[in-house]
Amino acid sequence: MDALALARWQFAITTVYHFIFVPLTIGLAPIVAGMQTAWVVTKKERWLRLTKFFGKLLLINFALGVVTGIWQEFQFGMAWSEYSRFVGDVFGAPLAMEALAAFFVESVFLGVWIFGWDRVSKKIHLASIWLFALATNLSAFFILAANSWMQHPVGAVYNPETGRAEMESIWAVLTNNTLLAAFPHTITAAFLTAGTFVAGIAAWWMVRLARSRKPEHLETARTVYRPAVLVGVWVMIVAGLGVAFTGDVQGKLMYEQQPGKMSSAEALCEGTESAEFSILAIGPLQAGCEDVNHVLSVPGLTSYLGTGHFSGEESYLPGVYDVQEAYSERYGDVTVDGEPVTYTPPLAITYWSFRLMIGFAAFSVALALAALWLTRRGRVSDNVWLGRLGILAIPMPFLACSFGWIFTEVGRQPWVVAPNPTGIDAVRLLTDRGVSTAVPPGMILTSMIVLTVIYAALAVVWYRLMHRYTIEGVPDAVRDESPEARDDDTDRPLSFAY
Amino acid sequence: MDLAILWFVIIAVLWTGYLVLEGFDFGVGMLLSILPRGDREHREKERRVLVNTIGPVWDGNEVWLLTAGGATFAAFPEWYATMFSGFYLPLLIILVGLVARGVAFEYRGKIADPAWARRCDLAIQAGSWIPAVMWGVAFGNLVRGLLLDESFQYVGGFWALLNPFALLGGLTTATLFLLHGAVFVALKTDGDIRHRAARLASGLSVVTLVVAGGWALWAQLAFSEPWTWIAVLVAAGSLVGVVVTTRQRREGLAFALSAVTIVAAVVLIFGSMFPDVIPAVDGGTSLSVAEASSTDYTLTVMSWVAVFLTPLVIAYQAWTYWVFRRRLSTRDIPAPAGLSWQKIKDAAF
Ligand code: HDD
Ligand code: HEM
Ligand code: HEM
Repeated sequence: MDALALARWQFAITTVYHFIFVPLTIGLAPIVAGMQTAWVVTKKERWLRLTKFFGKLLLINFALGVVTGIWQEFQFGMAWSEYSRFVGDVFGAPLAMEALAAFFVESVFLGVWIFGWDRVSKKIHLASIWLFALATNLSAFFILAANSWMQHPVGAVYNPETGRAEMESIWAVLTNNTLLAAFPHTITAAFLTAGTFVAGIAAWWMVRLARSRKPEHLETARTVYRPAVLVGVWVMIVAGLGVAFTGDVQGKLMYEQQPGKMSSAEALCEGTESAEFSILAIGPLQAGCEDVNHVLSVPGLTSYLGTGHFSGEESYLPGVYDVQEAYSERYGDVTVDGEPVTYTPPLAITYWSFRLMIGFAAFSVALALAALWLTRRGRVSDNVWLGRLGILAIPMPFLACSFGWIFTEVGRQPWVVAPNPTGIDAVRLLTDRGVSTAVPPGMILTSMIVLTVIYAALAVVWYRLMHRYTIEGVPDAVRDESPEARDDDTDRPLSFAY
Repeated sequence: MDLAILWFVIIAVLWTGYLVLEGFDFGVGMLLSILPRGDREHREKERRVLVNTIGPVWDGNEVWLLTAGGATFAAFPEWYATMFSGFYLPLLIILVGLVARGVAFEYRGKIADPAWARRCDLAIQAGSWIPAVMWGVAFGNLVRGLLLDESFQYVGGFWALLNPFALLGGLTTATLFLLHGAVFVALKTDGDIRHRAARLASGLSVVTLVVAGGWALWAQLAFSEPWTWIAVLVAAGSLVGVVVTTRQRREGLAFALSAVTIVAAVVLIFGSMFPDVIPAVDGGTSLSVAEASSTDYTLTVMSWVAVFLTPLVIAYQAWTYWVFRRRLSTRDIPAPAGLSWQKIKDAAF
């Protein structure tokens, strides 16, 4: 493999891996903060127990989010140096802001939260988890600003003298309409992920305890896990609606900004009115679309997603062939190693990742509906199937998130900075022009192998810890360690220590 | 003032923040099997004391590095691109070290098992020693210069990075951070370990004076400007101060002085590089501050961001150091709260 292919694989592997931990942190941090707030306000012990339980899972997860993020910050310069030279003037700004505005708050106040139970007052302790939660969401905003700019460059011009993009308006970069759609979509997806996580675990525990029939277990199921199920379910419902709504907005923008991505989501070759949304396609998608049969289709849905019209002239979507032709005309038949660039992304990946992103949400929907029904009017469910569904549903939104990113990023190919057809299309960069020229393929291969091996090992540890700490369940006895609750001033062992 | 120069200074400030802060938590990590004494149980307790002195703060310290990286990307894209692709392998090694120690800090206490703790300690030590040495090697090379072609691509190859000057730079940062860490432990702990740390620090400070002094003189004479003599003298003076104050067991002052040494070292490094961000060697091209920088617009935006946010960051970070100011001793360490290894194994898949 050449340096380009290796750098792409490495980027894809490390970024998708980072984004396993990210959505859970983003969604779970505010949920835990909410639980702690409930404890401080209502003084009901169950909320403190839930805070400690889910807080521990949050910390196990957060650790890997942090360490995998470090590599992210550096790999642009290491493996994608030509890309960095080209975009740095614009792209670096949100990255630096992310560190200054979000990462510092995140790491500092998480430290206060973990070690501060008995060191700072209840209010300050509560404020620190909220600051942490806010900062994780803020960091998503900045990094998505950087990413959205690659999808849809605004607020910049191309300087032919230096051959680089130059920023003209930071405001335009931070209010990019692509960002204003991608940010809520990603955040709501993260909340859907965390909501499913909380509801799934709590439902499994509720069922497990309810089945034991011991009165004290039933009591815990009713007073601790059932409320947690409901917290998770309501987060899922609100976030799920948000994901669908913002996804729809993104579809419309994509149709204007990256028409090729829209048609490749459906593997649509020839332009058509009333483009259907197929659930399944049979045939070799990579080769082109002649032999592809779309089966089980919803008429007009893809058109609606892109244009807002199910049928009629306004529902016309161009096919990938049309886009290919238009782009060749506009940007020339740029050649790479003698081969003309094809302006069509790999259709098999875009087609399937788009479907899987949406499809995997079905598990969350099923869990939400089942849990709502089985816990209606104060009921505690002992239905084994609810417990099983809870566990089964947990990984699904993680997969949906990964496929969402794979679709977004692969659909942008062959561009790493896609031209903006409604504005500054001089700011554009083909992916193969972005890779570092000073780094030999062997080095990238080395780092890819090293990182993959380490990441695989970390995944095993992470999984085992998450799994085992889940099985431990909510702690029975918790004590209020806050300085207010202590009557004496003598030193005790730390309430939390590594 | 020229904005590009201002940003060169800001980048130097960010690196200063990083090396002063993470410098001591590297040091603490490096001391993990050097300082603890006594029987097996007691040694484990002392190791936990060490880890807990930096527990609430190490991640915040590391963010100074992320900020320096992000700010270099924004303010000096050419520098970011050339330096990071040129230092590909050393950076990979550093980052792997940082990953290992980060995970080890957070997961060490999650499983209550001696073998697990040993493994995490190994990761913490390797993950502290390796970056502590490698940052010195990297900065040594920046002071000395890199072989770049006309389009600012590094063409010197990996082995050229391991020249004697850079290697001595690595030794310098390692001893400096080890000393800084020992002084920090003396400041932050109580009981027996405090005295051991102080004794070690006073010995180390002499070693550091020799190693770091030698490197600084070499840098000054071979690569630097007359005015950076000030930095060399301040570094030497503050190191002598560390020698004296650790002997007197005035730990707060000693810590401040070892921090000043690191500040002076960064001033020397960046002062030697200026007006280049990567000086030329062997007839190659140099990359100057002006050539590497972003446009004035970007730098203006970033200046406003930095002006508002940096003081705020420093304020709340300082506040957490205040919150966790208490000295720790083995008496503060509770029984391990993690789950047993058996439980973790039983739950597998
Ligand atoms: C939509 C959200 C999102 C996306 C697309 C990314 N990240 Fe991330 N990142 C986060 C959301 C996040 C977070 C939620 O803020 C994390 C995850 C867990 C955590 O600790 O913070 C984080 C951690 C994290 C850290 C460690 C911060 C610390 O030490 O506290 C770094 C350096 C990065 N990320 C950098 C990146 C880069 C350079 C990315 C682009 C390729 C990237 N992340 C994609
Ligand atoms: C700000 C955030 C991001 C930036 C700046 C970014 C940037 C890039 C760059 C430079 C490439 C290399 C070009 C290429 O190989 O296509 C790439 C590829 C890729 N990225 Fe992103 N990315 C971001 C976020 C993400 C996230 C969060 C994910 C998923 C978890 C992701 C998934 C991918 C994938 C799968 C590829 C490989 C595409 C391919 O090789 O065809 N990206 N991205
Ligand atoms: C009705 C359902 C959905 C629709 C219509 C939808 C639509 C979209 C579209 C059009 C994009 C591409 C944006 C672009 O490339 O410019 C996208 C990306 C993405 N989707 Fe979805 N989506 C849906 C459900 C989901 C679900 C259930 C999840 C995860 C739980 C999810 C997670 C993501 C993520 C993480 C991205 C990449 C980040 C981004 O570009 O915002 N989506 N979605």
